[in-house]
Amino acid sequence: MTKLHLAVDLSGAGAHPAAWRAVDARSRAGFTDVRRQVALADDAGFDLALLDDSFTLAPSSARTVRGSLDAVLVGSWLAPTSDAIGLVATVDTTHTEPFHVAKALQTLDHVSAGRAGWQVAWSTSPAAAAAFGRKGVQDERDAVDEAREVVDVVRDLWDSWEDDAEIRDVATSRFVDRAKLHYVDHVGERFSVKGPSITPRSPQGQIPVVVRVDSPESVALAGQVADVVRIEARGTNCAAELRHQVRAAALAAGRDPALVRVLVDVVVLLGADAGAAQARREVLDGLAGTPFDPATVLHVGDAAGLVELATRWAPLVDGLTLRPASLLTDLPLLADTLPLLRREGLAGRPASGATLRDSLGLARPASRYAVAG
Amino acid sequence: MTSRPRKQIHLGVHFPGVNNTTVWSDPRSGSQINFASFEHLARRAEDAKLDFLFLAEGLRLREHKGAIHDLDVVGRPDTLPVLAAIAAVTENLGLAGTINTTFNEPWEIARQFATLDVLSGGRAAWNLVTSSDAFTGENFRRGGFLPYAERYERAAELVAVARALWDSWDDDAVVADGASGAYLRPGSVRRIDHVGKHFQVRGEFPTPRGPQGHPVLFQAGDSPDGRDFAAATADVIFSLHSTFEDGRTFYDDIHARLAAAGRDAESLKILPATTVVIGDTAAEADELARHIRRQQVPGPTAIAFLEQVWGADLTSYDPDGPLPEVEPDVDGADITRGRARHIRDPRPVVAQWREQAAANRWSIRDLVIAVTSRGGFVGTAASVADDIDRHVQEDASDGFILVPHLTPGGLDDVLDQVVPLLVERGSFRAEYSGPTLRDHLGLVHPDAARRPAALAG
Repeated sequence: MTKLHLAVDLSGAGAHPAAWRAVDARSRAGFTDVRRQVALADDAGFDLALLDDSFTLAPSSARTVRGSLDAVLVGSWLAPTSDAIGLVATVDTTHTEPFHVAKALQTLDHVSAGRAGWQVAWSTSPAAAAAFGRKGVQDERDAVDEAREVVDVVRDLWDSWEDDAEIRDVATSRFVDRAKLHYVDHVGERFSVKGPSITPRSPQGQIPVVVRVDSPESVALAGQVADVVRIEARGTNCAAELRHQVRAAALAAGRDPALVRVLVDVVVLLGADAGAAQARREVLDGLAGTPFDPATVLHVGDAAGLVELATRWAPLVDGLTLRPASLLTDLPLLADTLPLLRREGLAGRPASGATLRDSLGLARPASRYAVAG
Repeated sequence: MTSRPRKQIHLGVHFPGVNNTTVWSDPRSGSQINFASFEHLARRAEDAKLDFLFLAEGLRLREHKGAIHDLDVVGRPDTLPVLAAIAAVTENLGLAGTINTTFNEPWEIARQFATLDVLSGGRAAWNLVTSSDAFTGENFRRGGFLPYAERYERAAELVAVARALWDSWDDDAVVADGASGAYLRPGSVRRIDHVGKHFQVRGEFPTPRGPQGHPVLFQAGDSPDGRDFAAATADVIFSLHSTFEDGRTFYDDIHARLAAAGRDAESLKILPATTVVIGDTAAEADELARHIRRQQVPGPTAIAFLEQVWGADLTSYDPDGPLPEVEPDVDGADITRGRARHIRDPRPVVAQWREQAAANRWSIRDLVIAVTSRGGFVGTAASVADDIDRHVQEDASDGFILVPHLTPGGLDDVLDQVVPLLVERGSFRAEYSGPTLRDHLGLVHPDAARRPAALAG
């Protein structure tokens, strides 16, 4: 049986909007607590950690954690003190420069010895457009279309240096073989980029791309460009349907659907037994004032129940994106559950020194320009 | 009689990038891209209690005669992600990076610097440079959109917006009040509504304020506009004037502009970039310095340098032979792209070079080495320490940014041998006095700078 890839989502204080309210404020380290969380997740053997990001501030009426740090910089900061876990940073494509996006992610890959990932994001919010003041508000179709173009040119830039471009040839005084540096010459309606990147090809060559599916347009995008697809589904039927759509989109784009890893989001709220977990849920819901209803699989129960859930889902998806309801409480409990999953043969753990591509079972491609000659 | 404490020297290290300062041909030369190289220099600099490490920026690979220039180091990592990684392996060292003000937008850049300041506990610095050429613009959405004459205007507006964004959060905004559900104290984040010539920026900034309030601002432009901009805006000038005489002249010029801008003399530090070569004897140091210059200017590099001035292909000339007898092509197209042009009309320069070459019997290579040498300290550790101290005590600078010719280990001996001598004479710190870069540079927090001096007396 193929093992499940295990991702952990580290957004805010956890998936439950009131998670931050349930604990003593002094025990929280704030925006830098993510280092402790990644250390925990790394030790536990998750394949990758997802770092969210946004250009806008959540409204105070939402009563959630408010405020964010730049995800690529957080990932880079986490790299030297983490070992095997993938560091997947959310980066926008609507308001950013594709050239900057490409080198930023290449550098995350360099400093992490090949553990970078890119969770592609796009903005349809008026608030983000107003923050930059360069473009009008874009609808989902337009923003996803632009995301596709940005992913394409970023991938070209990642390949613009062949792996062996640096030659340090003393005899001819040449640091690089310029024949192995390629202009990407992207000319599009929205933007043009000349290239090459200023940054040499990174350890993974091509950094894994993660796409979250929550619209028909994003299904198409996922099929066309994603290495990893995150779906939300309340049940197995819905998940099977989404997975089918993604694979169809991949086929339509001329890709092998087997190379697209589909992970289902699972929100996890754990306790010593089902009753304890339910009691925690009631406390959190009481703080929030409304019942918690994520649009995806929700496990409120014990570790054994989570193992059963994973067993049920293993034939249907390539992995799980675990979203602890409360990072402070559920992440350590989740970490303790991973050995149980491994014992059942449901999951593995990344090897020290492995790249994220290795953990995902993706081969490392040569530069597209090297193949073309 | 009480003695005044000695003027304190400020020192940074520059991890150089893509020009011929770095001798990549030496077997001891390390990777320009692996994190281990950056970590090495950062840890050594922190062990020696230096103020900061500095990285420049890349926006497009340099080209010469229509092709990518391959004689010098090519390729570098992205500046801010590397500084963020260095933040994780250091505790006190300042982290200064160049980010240009033309091909970036204030919302994103302000977020990134606030993030670096938060992650590092208050050690971020931003070296502001302007760029405006269409060549660089070919990598960016708007192309070469900015007229040369407006580059400082845009930079000034971008900094003003960034400061407004950093100031839009109170330092104690995060209250995490579980009972009321207010993660941020009500009123602690204010909307920005900026409409200016270059930017329209509206909204609530999503990123908390770093410990420094604003990152320390460096500025490197040397033109009159650049100096005015620095006097108005910067905390540190990354200067080109490393010789004593040049340094004194520049120092007085900047301080006059500072006074005219109504700023306190202590509020701006002038730090020239410089190289340091030490030896057990003065003669040994001289020989080593000469050797390094020859390593930095091999034959092909000398020819390429002349080509920039002549505006023509000179590959048929022997670098160990005499200067070309032909005259430079004044109307020649820009033969080198992606690097600031230093020479306007080449003819008087070339005439002077012919005289010098004839008088000294210099080959092309000898001449290029001579005319591209930019000062630097050469001598025994003791004499170099004396020189550095004298520059600072006599106000030719406030310190230096040390640039190695070998990365990452090229400053190891300087940090081991010269810095302790400066500490001994009381001119350099033995320990960090505080955790932030503002502490190391003796700069006040921007909030304190704005408060009226009501507590004096």
